[in-house]
Amino acid sequence: MTSSATKLPRRPSGRRGGVSAPNGWWALAFIAPATIGLLLLYVWPFLRTVIDSFQDVPAFGPATWVGTDNYTALLHDPDFWKAFGNSALYTAIVLLGVPVAIALAALIEQVGRGRALYRVLFFLPVVTLPVAIGMVWRFIYNGDFGLLNTVLSWFGVDGQFWVADPRFTIYAFGVVGIWMGLGINLIILGAGLQAIPKALYEASALDGAGRVRQFFRITVPLLSPSIFFVTVLTVIGALQMFDLNFIMLRGVNNTALADSKTIVYLFYEKAFVQFHQGYGAAIAVVLLLVIMIATALQFRLQRSWVFYD
Amino acid sequence: MKRRWIAATALAAAVTLLTACSGQSDEASGEKVTLTYANWSEDQTPAMQQIADEFQKANPDITIKVQTLPWTEYWTTLQVGAAGGTAPDAFWMLADHFREYAKGGQLVDMSDTVKSNNIDLAKYPKAVSDSYTYDGKLFALPKDFDTNGIWYNKALFDAAGVKYPDDTWTWQDAQDAAKKLTDPAKGVFGIAAPIDAQGGFYNTMLQAGGSIINADGTASDFGSPAGVEGLKFWTDLQAAKASPTLEQLSDTEAVSMFENQKVAMYFSGAYWALKFHNNAALKGKIDVAPLPQGVKRATVTSGIGNAGYAGSKHPEQLKKFLAFLGGSKAAEIQAATGTVLPAYEGTQQPWLDSMPEYKLQVFIDAIAYSVPLPVAGNASEWQGLATQYLGPAWSGKKPVQEAATEYQAAVDQVLAKK
Repeated sequence: MTSSATKLPRRPSGRRGGVSAPNGWWALAFIAPATIGLLLLYVWPFLRTVIDSFQDVPAFGPATWVGTDNYTALLHDPDFWKAFGNSALYTAIVLLGVPVAIALAALIEQVGRGRALYRVLFFLPVVTLPVAIGMVWRFIYNGDFGLLNTVLSWFGVDGQFWVADPRFTIYAFGVVGIWMGLGINLIILGAGLQAIPKALYEASALDGAGRVRQFFRITVPLLSPSIFFVTVLTVIGALQMFDLNFIMLRGVNNTALADSKTIVYLFYEKAFVQFHQGYGAAIAVVLLLVIMIATALQFRLQRSWVFYD
Repeated sequence: MKRRWIAATALAAAVTLLTACSGQSDEASGEKVTLTYANWSEDQTPAMQQIADEFQKANPDITIKVQTLPWTEYWTTLQVGAAGGTAPDAFWMLADHFREYAKGGQLVDMSDTVKSNNIDLAKYPKAVSDSYTYDGKLFALPKDFDTNGIWYNKALFDAAGVKYPDDTWTWQDAQDAAKKLTDPAKGVFGIAAPIDAQGGFYNTMLQAGGSIINADGTASDFGSPAGVEGLKFWTDLQAAKASPTLEQLSDTEAVSMFENQKVAMYFSGAYWALKFHNNAALKGKIDVAPLPQGVKRATVTSGIGNAGYAGSKHPEQLKKFLAFLGGSKAAEIQAATGTVLPAYEGTQQPWLDSMPEYKLQVFIDAIAYSVPLPVAGNASEWQGLATQYLGPAWSGKKPVQEAATEYQAAVDQVLAKK
């Protein structure tokens, strides 16, 4: 921040001499609220988290420096690896929502009137409180009285305890995750679709291309920047999933909880329930690294499939 | 020139803002101050407000703002607030969270207040006031307390032709009744047997003659013969299918099962009384009896304490309020509204009278054989491991002894960390 601040006054001075210094200070004063806010609310907590991850931080009172102990403990903690696996599985499931969103976006584009209505309907979960969503799906998944099992019973299928049996919980979260993310993905992909020149479809139709062929040869390649963007957002969001875990498996007596924690849930539990804030900070730092690596990897891979014209 | 003028104005505004902030912490006597008082119970908020109003009548200079936080956010908010200097002035405390706060110097030491206000500590159940003592100092005055009993559904007992539980009941009577009351055709179970510490296996471990955590807080007792006996009380009920499965109880909590009349017996605390009393569907159908006895009678007891934040800007006024919260007047308001069983001796009659349809005396009689809820070490950590380790025993996938020994090892490991 300081480097850009000191540079600021110089730039105008090159063109019009004289007014430089006071103008620069004013500019600084104007960006100060945003800068201070950013420093206080993002940079400082981030640095604190990194520092805390090398410390033993009790709930209250002084912290003690422990070097890399937290990280060593983390790597040998089966709970961490289990949570890591759960988050990875959840992310993989939620990614299945991307092709669903592409297909739906293309279908909605075909709708003449009432397109806006569809968009609103799919967007509703995005503007609904995650807590409310978690509560509603908890009822839907209820093994004894849930809507899902009732519907399944009409077809003679035996219901399951979707959020109490650890074999199913992550998949149950995944379905909700796809549903929750659909709205925002549809908006981004829909905007991408509208940017595709209609002439391309007309020309290909003249050349005898059918709908399906058009979809895979025109729509998907030209939509690939939007698809890439949506994929990156989805992965980051899915790796940070906490709310569904927190709400749907609420209560220490949930039989599935021990096997179904996501990374962020584990972080919450360590830092805020068990008062091991240093250990929690280490989890947060590792998660940050994982997200950075996953995102960097996607940027590397996109060269081979994303088409920019 | 104009620019300087703006700058001066901005500076002046900033300075005013700063002084305005610092002015609030001015501690001059007679000045009006506001204290916040946080709780986690929507049900109890009206009574808390009534107590606050009563206090304000006598102390017109102090305004009390009652603040209700959802249970799921309460402890996180309190912890972050205490660390960041923005915690409520007065708040409810629980024994299993208490140690971390007291150890971290976050709570107002009440020892002097007790002396200067002539508060008689003998008026509170010793088990509760002991649980808010750290390093020989008292940090919270007991607000209420709870012991456990058998909440039972008379209608389901009548339908199955089973005699109601009473103070002669042994473990065997409870087990037999649970099996007889179970009717798979109607989806009715004799009892709810979740992995519940406070209302469940802590009590039976004690009744079997065991302890839960030893006196100096260094080791647990889950794997001992008495401990396993106490756990078996519950796993036997699961094995006999006299209780909903753990999965069912995860999806629908035991108390909801009881309220929906799907289970005939629910071993739990006095704190449900008002909720059940307000449930029209349960009118005239339920009552309460003492827990059955094993080798001996026993129940764990705990209670909420009213604690003050050490970082409060108005420590004197806060101590005054805390003393009032611990006194007989606040207790009487809680009792008369049927809110909870107040901790203050001699104020419990109005609570009994507020819900005459239940034999609530059971909970008061239980004080005689009550044992404090164990809260040694990092209690939230080792308590949180119960479902993970004991789950396989409840579902019959692992022998009880094996699961208990493993849980004991895990708990002892947490206890070993200072």
